[in-house]
Amino acid sequence: MPNTNSGLYVRVQQEKLVPLDSEIHCAPGELIALIGPSGGGKTTLLRMIAGLADPTEGKISCDGETWLDTEQAASLSPQNRRIGYVFQDYALFPHMSASQNIEAALLDLPKAERRKKSNELIEMVNLSGLENRLPRQLSGGQRQRVALARALARNPRVLLMDEPFSAVDQVTRRKLQYELVQLRQRIKLPIIFVTHDLNDAMLLADRIYAISRGVTLQNGPPMELMCYPENASVARLMDLQNIFEGEVIDHDEDSEVTRVKWLDYELQARLQQTHSPGKTVNWAILPSYIVLHRRHRPSRGERENPIHGIVGELTVMGENTVIVMLVNGREDQRLTLSVSSHVAERNFLAVDADITVSLLQEGVHLMPLQAKD
Amino acid sequence: MEWSALDLSLKLAFWTCVILLPLAVLLGRALAWNIFRGKAFVEALVAVPLVLPPTVLGYYLILSFGDATWIGRLYYSITGHGLVFTFDGLLLASIIFNLPFAVQPMQRAFEAVPMNVREAAWCCGLSHWVTFWRIELPLAWTGMLSALVLTFAHTLGEFGVVLMMGGNIPEETRTLSIAIYDRVQMFDYSSAGIMSAVLLSLSVLAITFVYVLGYRRRRHHA
Repeated sequence: MPNTNSGLYVRVQQEKLVPLDSEIHCAPGELIALIGPSGGGKTTLLRMIAGLADPTEGKISCDGETWLDTEQAASLSPQNRRIGYVFQDYALFPHMSASQNIEAALLDLPKAERRKKSNELIEMVNLSGLENRLPRQLSGGQRQRVALARALARNPRVLLMDEPFSAVDQVTRRKLQYELVQLRQRIKLPIIFVTHDLNDAMLLADRIYAISRGVTLQNGPPMELMCYPENASVARLMDLQNIFEGEVIDHDEDSEVTRVKWLDYELQARLQQTHSPGKTVNWAILPSYIVLHRRHRPSRGERENPIHGIVGELTVMGENTVIVMLVNGREDQRLTLSVSSHVAERNFLAVDADITVSLLQEGVHLMPLQAKD
Repeated sequence: MEWSALDLSLKLAFWTCVILLPLAVLLGRALAWNIFRGKAFVEALVAVPLVLPPTVLGYYLILSFGDATWIGRLYYSITGHGLVFTFDGLLLASIIFNLPFAVQPMQRAFEAVPMNVREAAWCCGLSHWVTFWRIELPLAWTGMLSALVLTFAHTLGEFGVVLMMGGNIPEETRTLSIAIYDRVQMFDYSSAGIMSAVLLSLSVLAITFVYVLGYRRRRHHA
């Protein structure tokens, strides 16, 4: 049970409109990313935390103060929750300058203090010199900064961000991400952001909540979700392409190996005894655990789960080349791996070429069987 | 040129705007953002003066506000005069007749204010009232101006309802459009011509102004 007296605690349930059944705890200073398919309820969750929507059932509290308790019919208005909300398209007040936008969130202060605080915030988000511009005279990145400064103006107790980097170009994106990381060192707030971009989540989040159809499928540090997804849905959300079906043969505790039958192969996987022998399972592997054998020459990992096939697709993407391998020549068993482009060239890789790869056993991850959606 | 008729027309237009505008702001805003049972019917009621013959409207107004009705009697007991064939009655008719010209531009203007901008205001701690004054109204001001100008111009041009409800009493209900009709009946084409030219130029100016506002708003939102 998480400590609900510090940070943000959210538990919501509802069946109508957007079905939801999620529980989130975000400690002060922690940054949580909500990822998942669109329409899955991520934005609705943020709106509920902000008080812009109420679930049929639920409880939301911040630092022990109740914001929502449907059992007691208690719900604080957005005005009284003190949240900083960066909207997806920033929702700046179009008729107000950058500094006026920020000052609008400071109306309870005397005018002189408002000015002073807004100047500090303008400086903090690197917008000095642009304070008198209207939103439409600002670039996407600058607008995002105004929105962030406005959200932070009230000294919020939680910072919520909905797709904060989706409307800017790559270079600006990197810059804004860098600034967010720096900002986190200065303010100790629970921060929750919604993203459809896995890279954003991997880069910035302390923990990721994978949400689909309103249900939290799994939450944990980014690498945990990436390497040990609890099921195929999470694996797919984490953009794992290599998900297959196999059957557990047995476990060997001495050599710490679980053996899995897949096609005509007997794969050796890291020991995972939760899946009993005879069971059909999903298994997945990250591209970084797939090693390409040098063609016509033996290689170091040759003995570890050697798999044969032909190159089905080969796409050069700058320094890397993405290869889709048809295992045993089968169109329905596609293994995706990535190699350095010079390796692909040196090995004369081309479509229809025979190749062999090794699946490193510590990277073979088993999951309960799930129907394909 | 009948100055008293022009004066009366302007007075009527002015008071119609003054009374109708706050009503239109509230009604337009409510229609823009609320979904409720019977909304289409309310919108239809607001729009009906656009298609209804003014005589029909005038007929029902006389029927509802005549001196024999309870509203007419109540009004008489308060003010000492009735509603039919008086300036007050004319004003009431004008307000009802102008509903679509005031409410529809307001409704469109409020519809153009993005929902999340209002939500952002609430998240910034602005109460609904402060949000209305500082965010919604400034963003909907072009709609308000359109409503004002259209209502003003349309009131100047009213004829049928005025004739039915107000009759043709100099300095009480004889507006410019009635005066023009009267003059033509008397073959006084030169007076009618001058007054027509005044109304024509006012109308063209007003409508041009509304279009210019429309362009400005589109540019603003682009």
